[in-house]
Amino acid sequence: MPQSSQETPNNSYPGAPVRRLEDYGLLTGSAHFVDDLQLPGTLCAAFVRSPYAHALVNRTNTEEAAKAPGVVAVHTLPDLQPRLTDTRMATGLPSRSLRLDVKPGVLAGDEVVYAGEPVAVVIARSRYAAEDAADLVEVDYEPLDVVADCRSALHTDSSAVHRKLSHNMAAAFEFDYGNTEDAFRDADLAFRESFHLHRGGAHSIECRGAVARHDPATDHLTLWTSTQRPHGIKRVICDLLGRNDDSVRVIAPQVGGGFGPKLVCYPEEVVIALCATILQRPVKWIQDRYEYFLSTTQERDQYWDVEIALDSDATIRGMRGALLHDHGAYTARGLNVPYASGITLPLAYNIPAYHLDVYVALTNKVPVTPVRGAGQPQGVFVMERLLDRAAGKLSIDRAEVRRRNLVRKEQMPCRKSLRLRGDTEVILDSGDYPATQELALKHAGWDSFRERQQSALEQGRYIGIGLANFVEGTGRGPYETVTVRINASGNVAVASGATAMGQSTQTMLAQIVAEQLGGDPSRIGVTCGDTDATPLGFGGFNSRQTVIAGASAHAAARAVKAKAFKLASRLLEAAEHDLEIDGRAVFVKDAPDRRLTFAELARAASGLPGFKLPVADMGPGLEATESVIIDDMVYANGSAVAEVEVDIDTGRVTVLRFLVVHDCGRRLNPVIVDGQVLGGIAHGIGNALFEWMGFDEDAQPVTTTFADYLLVAADNMPEVRLFHLESDSPFNALGVKGVGESGCLPTPAAIVSAIEDALAPFGAKLNQAPLTPAVLWELIRSAPDSAPDTAPPGHWRAPDIDKDAYRQESLDGR
Amino acid sequence: MSDKIPFTLNVNSREYQVSVEARQTLADVIREECGLTGTRVGCEHGVCGSCTIIVDGAPVRACLMFAVQAEGKEVRTIEGMADGEELHSVQRAFSDNHGLQCGFCTPGFIMLITAALEQNPAPTDEEIREMLSANLCRCTGYQNIFNAVKQYVGESTETTGAHKND
Repeated sequence: MPQSSQETPNNSYPGAPVRRLEDYGLLTGSAHFVDDLQLPGTLCAAFVRSPYAHALVNRTNTEEAAKAPGVVAVHTLPDLQPRLTDTRMATGLPSRSLRLDVKPGVLAGDEVVYAGEPVAVVIARSRYAAEDAADLVEVDYEPLDVVADCRSALHTDSSAVHRKLSHNMAAAFEFDYGNTEDAFRDADLAFRESFHLHRGGAHSIECRGAVARHDPATDHLTLWTSTQRPHGIKRVICDLLGRNDDSVRVIAPQVGGGFGPKLVCYPEEVVIALCATILQRPVKWIQDRYEYFLSTTQERDQYWDVEIALDSDATIRGMRGALLHDHGAYTARGLNVPYASGITLPLAYNIPAYHLDVYVALTNKVPVTPVRGAGQPQGVFVMERLLDRAAGKLSIDRAEVRRRNLVRKEQMPCRKSLRLRGDTEVILDSGDYPATQELALKHAGWDSFRERQQSALEQGRYIGIGLANFVEGTGRGPYETVTVRINASGNVAVASGATAMGQSTQTMLAQIVAEQLGGDPSRIGVTCGDTDATPLGFGGFNSRQTVIAGASAHAAARAVKAKAFKLASRLLEAAEHDLEIDGRAVFVKDAPDRRLTFAELARAASGLPGFKLPVADMGPGLEATESVIIDDMVYANGSAVAEVEVDIDTGRVTVLRFLVVHDCGRRLNPVIVDGQVLGGIAHGIGNALFEWMGFDEDAQPVTTTFADYLLVAADNMPEVRLFHLESDSPFNALGVKGVGESGCLPTPAAIVSAIEDALAPFGAKLNQAPLTPAVLWELIRSAPDSAPDTAPPGHWRAPDIDKDAYRQESLDGR
Repeated sequence: MSDKIPFTLNVNSREYQVSVEARQTLADVIREECGLTGTRVGCEHGVCGSCTIIVDGAPVRACLMFAVQAEGKEVRTIEGMADGEELHSVQRAFSDNHGLQCGFCTPGFIMLITAALEQNPAPTDEEIREMLSANLCRCTGYQNIFNAVKQYVGESTETTGAHKND
């Protein structure tokens, strides 16, 4: 089904489709995910969770539970509090825009603020016994008013998500450049649209889970957890448990997918680590899917109210509006999702003036943090829908409207009037966006589609085509440490703070190192996601590891190669430029018999007691550690074209064809790049058509199984074709850009555009995603009756908001 | 609830003497009593198919079956697929086609495909898609899994002389 072609034969093609290092253990079942760790004497945990979205916790009685068969301990927050330095977890990124300090609790205290919030933990000899006993914990809840909708959360008469706070405005900030007043005053065309965008959960097939063990002899605590960010988890554990850094090790074993939410530190990780130290037995907690729906962070709802101003030739003059973002009950990560949404909107196009007010509202729901794409798909959606709408109003082809506004190749590197969250500038580094779009149109047969559409319509079939461009910020800095070492046994070992959850990170690092040291990447051992192997690190998120860890791996491997050559030059009495390296040895080019194996070189470099090192100014060992600092992000781009058919009797949408022309700079491993893009597209199709995390008016989750919450399955996937351009990034030595999330970005926009095109005979105006059959059927059914200016479902008009009316407040009363 | 039932469980042609509660799922017992952790649990409500194993020749979701129901039956899991270091051709086809990323759902897919193709060795593309839709994968978008099945079907029909019907 998938096809991939190289569109730039003149470009250098350094990437090779190397077979993955990860595969063997995963294919045979011998690889170890967190639940596969079976330490002797392990106890199992189950959490008691709030059934209410908002309630006071008056009293908790654990007596019956503690007496149940197999139960070893039952703990509530007051039980654990004496052993904690704080009852709340500082897991969010800082921002001056935050109005409310709402850190998640280690366990709930006297108030629960979302359904699923953990209130107590039961530890027993088996998970069965722990879950039985969890049902016996009696909690006296007193239900409170619930904030279930972020639109009403900011009303002055809204109840508060947290009883101790006076309002629900978690944060307010704005993007602002150029003069939007002028842009709109003199515009030939200006119009306003509102959008409702919903994304559900990440739903890695492996849920979360953790195992902790404390060794009393060394007072050493080890936590294995299914995380994207072991170093971040370690920081929270050390701080809350009052332990020094040397006594805690956090390891991400095989991680069965992350897609965002596993970058957060969760209450369960802290509680499991603490319980292992209290009970002096290994403790395991494995989340089930129901708990994942309840308690793993999601992305959920955004409402947009945006205006665009254009000249009659479709040149964009400016945009302005507001974004309302559902933040959930706590700040688990920060403002990165709405920030990314707002920054993504104007990235691909030349937009001289932009103003966006962003309101971040608390709700009584599980916290919002990034899901694959992290707010960027929503920004792309809003921009692309506005351009489609402008095309309709100006009677100009949708592709032509885009062509006239895309950032052009000669503008690169293109400085945008935007700043990243850490205040660094947004500089589009490379790419030919118009050429990318042209290629997509060519492969999709865009120009001949109207004929196909007409003949389909004559057969009673409603087909449509849609286009979406995207630019994605990838490679979040500032660094990721990588150590490369040739051991005395002759093997090459690589260690990095980078963390793998399915992206082929080990293979990627091995390929980069092998490029320098020669030989087969499969002979290189790579350790990721272990805080003992690399004390500093950030982990896997924001499509960053190939860019950031890749840069350090490249630098470290070059440094090791330089040392090996210097040493071999001395020992072989040959000039360095006459030497070669093949992954096992360094040898003289014209006399391959004159060689030193890696083992011989490493032993010589380690030295002997009482003897001088062979190269005085080199230092011992064949090892280098590099942390290449990269502050600027690099920007991948692409264009997607979707072709769909809508069954007007049922509202069912079939994606007939889908293609993406993609540019992530130099592709280190084309097979892996395709795999990442394909997976992102599948997720994007889910966001366009299926995935709906439902809550009722009491903020009770109503979709808590995979029978209610639909993931894309094999029979929903269309034929997908991928094409690549390779605009090497000038901002890193490898020329690479990130690829892990890109497939998600244009997919909902392209598919919804295609649906709107298919339903043009019904006057469809589609400003939301996902579009389920029920929504479309209703729209088709009511089409003849609805007035052209009927507000679409999910319509939102930004109210007048006085940002200064929302005070700085904290749950701690600070 | 803690009355234990002793019986013999046959997994990958090896007999395991186990003593478990009637309510323990086959997935839990294979993982915890037999120590075969390659069978992985993704949803515990029978939708994702990650825990798919083969029981008496049929693909079965091990989270929906009690271990005691497997007494007297032949159970096959991912650990029984490779011959020492030599991968089974379905496993090799997955690796050849990059049909796995995080690998968590992979054993379930491999067991599903193995059982399904034993029953129907020459499926059409449509039948392959329908069969694969039994299980969920969040990483691959299924296309490379589809390609792996195509490769495997091609190889096995070549060697058996079975007829491809599309």
